[in-house]
Amino acid sequence: MANLWNVFLDFRFILWEGVLETLYMSFVSVTLAYAIGLPLGIWLFVSYPDGLMPNRFVNKILGGLINTVRSVPFLIMVIILIPFTRMIAGTAIGSTAAIVPLVIASAPFVARMVEATMNEMDAGVIDAAKSMGATNYQIITKVMIPESIPSIIRGFSITAIMMISFSAMAGAVGAGGLGRIAIRYGYQRWQSDVMILSVILIVIIVALVQFLFNTIAAKLDKRLV
Amino acid sequence: MITLRDVTKTYNNDEHALKNVSLTINEGDIFGIVGKSGAGKSTMLKLIGLLTEPTTGEIELLGKNVAGITAAQANEIKRNIGTVFQGFNLLMQRSVAGNIAFPLELVKQDKAAIQARCAELAGLVDLSEKLPAYPAQLSGGQKQRVAIARALATNPKIMLCDEPTSALDSFTTKEILRLIKEINQKLGVTIVIITHEINIVKAICNRMVVLNGGRIAEMGDTSEVLKNPQHDATKLLLDGI
Repeated sequence: MANLWNVFLDFRFILWEGVLETLYMSFVSVTLAYAIGLPLGIWLFVSYPDGLMPNRFVNKILGGLINTVRSVPFLIMVIILIPFTRMIAGTAIGSTAAIVPLVIASAPFVARMVEATMNEMDAGVIDAAKSMGATNYQIITKVMIPESIPSIIRGFSITAIMMISFSAMAGAVGAGGLGRIAIRYGYQRWQSDVMILSVILIVIIVALVQFLFNTIAAKLDKRLV
Repeated sequence: MITLRDVTKTYNNDEHALKNVSLTINEGDIFGIVGKSGAGKSTMLKLIGLLTEPTTGEIELLGKNVAGITAAQANEIKRNIGTVFQGFNLLMQRSVAGNIAFPLELVKQDKAAIQARCAELAGLVDLSEKLPAYPAQLSGGQKQRVAIARALATNPKIMLCDEPTSALDSFTTKEILRLIKEINQKLGVTIVIITHEINIVKAICNRMVVLNGGRIAEMGDTSEVLKNPQHDATKLLLDGI
């Protein structure tokens, strides 16, 4: 244990940098994934035959696209996307480059989660808004999104945690962060103590993220008093 | 105020929800639409609430024929019709004040006017001290009173009540019916109540229609219809009491 502490002190700057890179990759990715996935999920939900703006064609295309992207294993996704990543980020290596596949892999997941959240919402409130003469835009922005905020925030934490673990995987193919440190020192240099420290830090980050978002969601959730 | 002329509504080609229904609801009425499930009550409500269109026939609301009106015109009419639902359908993430304010926000009224109107309506439904509370903190009767206040926010001429007391106990039911009657008398709002309980109609409606299998079984003044029911459907509903 004392030994692990000494290793921690020796590597603290490298590990700290890893923590920052992991947080950077995860949170930028999850934010961008929501910027894409939230409207996509809403679009999917409203385009159902009994939805607000029924459109079978749009619904099938979106659903198919989401399923296809979600079926590709993440590591393969990273490799397939290398040319695209170079185009967007200017490089295929490093933390910023890792954000591109992270966003593309998680946006469809976010869309499905948003769709599920909207499905759980009491359809009666949408009927009520319709009966009051609300436009579709008003129903989406004033009913559907505000009513599902607590679930959306819980989904945000699920996605953020998924991003932390995916970003560690991306570490294997050149992304930065704690995953990269764990692989470089633990696997390539046989310094398993550094790997253990990286994993401990990842566990701590995950626990903190979960706690933080659960607390926010509980505070904003007015359905259970 | 509300006129249906030979209205038929068909779903999925051959399933008739309403067949050749003609009726007039006058200003100031408390009009009861009663029937067992599947009689066509919900379809009637959707037609009057402009949530669906008739397959054939004409509907006139507030003196306007609603055939072929634009979405904007439909929304304008909807603002003159407040709806109260069986399941209350309140926005759970909004406070009582936020719920009552909702229809006014839709028409972009200014904040001060909305606040004043909320206070006024909360007083009417006797929930002034509950304005900052959330629906989850209220009882069923209180939730329905919030829903009634919300339905009245835009000063509608008509209030549609879809099974307004089915989720409530008998004591609360009486309280809500008293409130509905008061709204009719004090504010002059025409009330349409859709229910499967003939007791509700008996308690507050001056006129009524009995629906059976999508057709009108009988219609008239409540006291007349109940005193001397002509149709088996009415008799059956009365037997259930």
